[in-house]
Amino acid sequence: MSLHIKNGRLVDPATGKDGTGDLYVDGGKIVERVKSPSKTIDAKGLVVSPGFIDLSARLREPGFEYKATLESELDAAVAGGVTSLACPPDTDPPLDEPGLVDMLRRRALSLERSRVYPVGALTVKLEGKALTEMAELAEAGCIAFSQANAPLRDTQVLWRALQYAATFGFPVWLRAEDAWLAREGVAHDGEVATRLGLPGIPGFAETVALSTILELVRATGARVHVCRLSTAGAVELMRRAKAERLPVSCDVGIHHVHLCDRDLGYFDANCRLEPPLRSQRDRDALSRALAEGTIDCLCSDHTPVDEDGKHVPFAEAEPGATGLELLLPLALKWGQARELPLAATLARISSEPARILGAASGRLALGAPADLAIFDPAAPLRVAPETLKSQGKNTPFAGYELSGRVRTTIVEGNVVYEA
Amino acid sequence: MQHNPQLNATGELQHLLSIEGLPREVLLQILDTAESFAGVTEREVKKVPLLRGKSVFNLFFEPSTRTRTTFEIAAKRLSADVINLNIAVSSQSKGESLLDTVANLSAMQADIFVVRHASSGAPYLIARHVKPHEHVINAGDGRHAHPTQGLLDLFTIRHYKKDFSRLTAAVIGDVLHSRVARSLIHGLTTLGVPEVRVIGPQTLLPSGVESLGVRVFHDMREGLKDCDVVVMLRLQNERMGGALLPSAQEYFKSYGLTAEKLRLAKPDAIVMHPGPMNRGVEIDSTVADGPHSVILPQVTFGIAVRMAVMSIVAGN
Amino acid sequence: MKLPDAEALCEQLAAELRPRLGPKSAMIGLYTGGAWLAERLHKMLELESPLGLMDIAFYRDDYHAQGLHHDPKRTKIPFDVNGRDLLLVDDVLYTGRTVRAAMNELFDYGRPASISLVVLADRGGRELPICAQHCGARVEVPQGMRLRLTRADNGRLALALEPSRAA
Repeated sequence: MSLHIKNGRLVDPATGKDGTGDLYVDGGKIVERVKSPSKTIDAKGLVVSPGFIDLSARLREPGFEYKATLESELDAAVAGGVTSLACPPDTDPPLDEPGLVDMLRRRALSLERSRVYPVGALTVKLEGKALTEMAELAEAGCIAFSQANAPLRDTQVLWRALQYAATFGFPVWLRAEDAWLAREGVAHDGEVATRLGLPGIPGFAETVALSTILELVRATGARVHVCRLSTAGAVELMRRAKAERLPVSCDVGIHHVHLCDRDLGYFDANCRLEPPLRSQRDRDALSRALAEGTIDCLCSDHTPVDEDGKHVPFAEAEPGATGLELLLPLALKWGQARELPLAATLARISSEPARILGAASGRLALGAPADLAIFDPAAPLRVAPETLKSQGKNTPFAGYELSGRVRTTIVEGNVVYEA
Repeated sequence: MQHNPQLNATGELQHLLSIEGLPREVLLQILDTAESFAGVTEREVKKVPLLRGKSVFNLFFEPSTRTRTTFEIAAKRLSADVINLNIAVSSQSKGESLLDTVANLSAMQADIFVVRHASSGAPYLIARHVKPHEHVINAGDGRHAHPTQGLLDLFTIRHYKKDFSRLTAAVIGDVLHSRVARSLIHGLTTLGVPEVRVIGPQTLLPSGVESLGVRVFHDMREGLKDCDVVVMLRLQNERMGGALLPSAQEYFKSYGLTAEKLRLAKPDAIVMHPGPMNRGVEIDSTVADGPHSVILPQVTFGIAVRMAVMSIVAGN
Repeated sequence: MKLPDAEALCEQLAAELRPRLGPKSAMIGLYTGGAWLAERLHKMLELESPLGLMDIAFYRDDYHAQGLHHDPKRTKIPFDVNGRDLLLVDDVLYTGRTVRAAMNELFDYGRPASISLVVLADRGGRELPICAQHCGARVEVPQGMRLRLTRADNGRLALALEPSRAA
């Protein structure tokens, strides 16, 4: 199929170019021109950008099909303009066997929606004791290795895992949280948790663990991507690490640049997240760091949770929020608050995560894969959980008035979603 | 979702979930109403017909004999029917969800749910899902709040000290885990007590506790100086297990209330304790049984206060 | 419209009651107007047994519609009700519901030998079969108005009309 997308506002975050024009797609790639395109899309008044790349979206297969399935979640992804996503290894069973990874990849391919990049388990069963067969898993399609939210208490095992991964040049994606300091905590340890009587996770649970990780990076040379930063302290550590040119990168979740612990209100279980929503000061530092580039990209950390998991007291609730369909509007809201040009905002959800994945998409360049999102940045969007395509209706943004609606999503030159 | 779930559209109390967020007038209304109930025990017929035909369901997900019994007595003195449900946590996790349990009881025409739960916020979840004529009273949720205890503590203080605006009060002990402490602190600050102190080791004081409007002391002798009201909190045995404290003996030495330390407070200071007491751990027997102690009257006042709370919410 | 003089009515009631008092007599006033009246009568009649004061907040029949009224007072009956000839005192007798509530409350204290109702003014409009054994005066009250007893700072009692709160 060949496409002619005309009259759109073409925004290329990789170069910063932003202007009206036409785009041609053929053979799954962006090309100079097509004589007789099979389909023409009129993108007047709309933005044409590289499709969004989400470094963390849980598809809940295998094992958690009662919460969501590949079908429902990939439907949600393309409705949100997400053309590539990385899924964490905390499925059931976890992605520690090449066979599982292969099956997942094939199933995702057969659905012909977003590209799915599996992240493999760093340790067997994510238990933090034995290394997984990283080379085999990489061959099956894993692009990195991670513990998801499972703790890796034994620092010697962490050291060995990083050494092993560094041997092959495999990236390791880690959440920085000291399991002992975070033990039993469900909210940010501060004024709000004190008032609500919730066990707290101190901010230094993140900075202590991050310092450890960075030291091990210095020692091993492993490439580490730090997932879901949540504190101002961690931002500072990452700034220094980058100044030192360590091979590190990091991301932040959409919730943490908008919300803080006050938003828990009267124990709203939709705000039960990992890492927890922290103080206003932390949120502001994260928002600023994302704009400056100290934090490389924004991800949804999409986690569908069924009603049973949320209609319980706060501390008993399953952490996580649905987010694939809110990635664009929440990124735009953040970008507007920081007064950034559109290209800079979109870079955080396209070209930057592409760089971390090592993917060729995420740019509007000739020869690049034709993964595109055509959207109306000004179209109002009232967040109504019942209307979300994802099976996860759990969001702290229910009722919010946002803007940014995807009209068309294209993956490898194929139209996979049309509003 | 941010409007105060305790108050209805006209600002009247429909649920009692926490002292925090209640206007001063509502707190005073409860204390004044409790005052008028205090005489019911002295009559031949120790009942008033206010809640006749109403059902009060005691939903205790955390075991408790004392609190449950006082709620039961209070409800019966209001002529209500009382049904006690002790739901062990383990059977809860195996079977019905919290909301399913409440929905089933609701189908049996409940009017008031008195709820005690180990998880902070559980009564809020219930209050969001009950029918308009059903009322929720929090009998203690996790570490968050125990509003009826806070109210009876305030009632006790008012009974002995009359004027809140001239007091120095100290809350001593495991504030970190204490819902009683949080409720009392909110009550004291709302009613205008000029100095509220918390005294304890760093391990037992929560992060940012000053934001509750209190002055922090780690030295008990310093903190007791010139206090009018001294509230001792119970120290649970588990605290030694969690590396929060080395031993009960050492705790008693630094933070236990003895007659000698009490002399630093005002000569007419009152000593309170929510109970049950650990004699020799947080409080010496001579003080617990001594002339400053108002610990037993606290229990009596608790019935009148709970009668007041039930009769106010059930009428709104 | 001219209302009767409350002070004069007090004298009248006292004169009426004095010959009827006995060893078992005791008086209970209903807050707030009845309490003031009872305090005056109790003094004038030099009753031996102490004065009882009663708040009927917990026995009202409109709890379910109106909720608990603010600022209930504390009922104090400092004598044994059993076997007494009680004089129940209120300022204005209207529907009779207040008296019904008061009697229910009284019987939770014990079993009196008799209860006589003493009121300063009867405005008619009974909704229950209640009557006053001793009444100062009948008063016509215009629609939408309320009749009540007031007490000045110097203790002087007076009847007053005011618009009634919306039902």
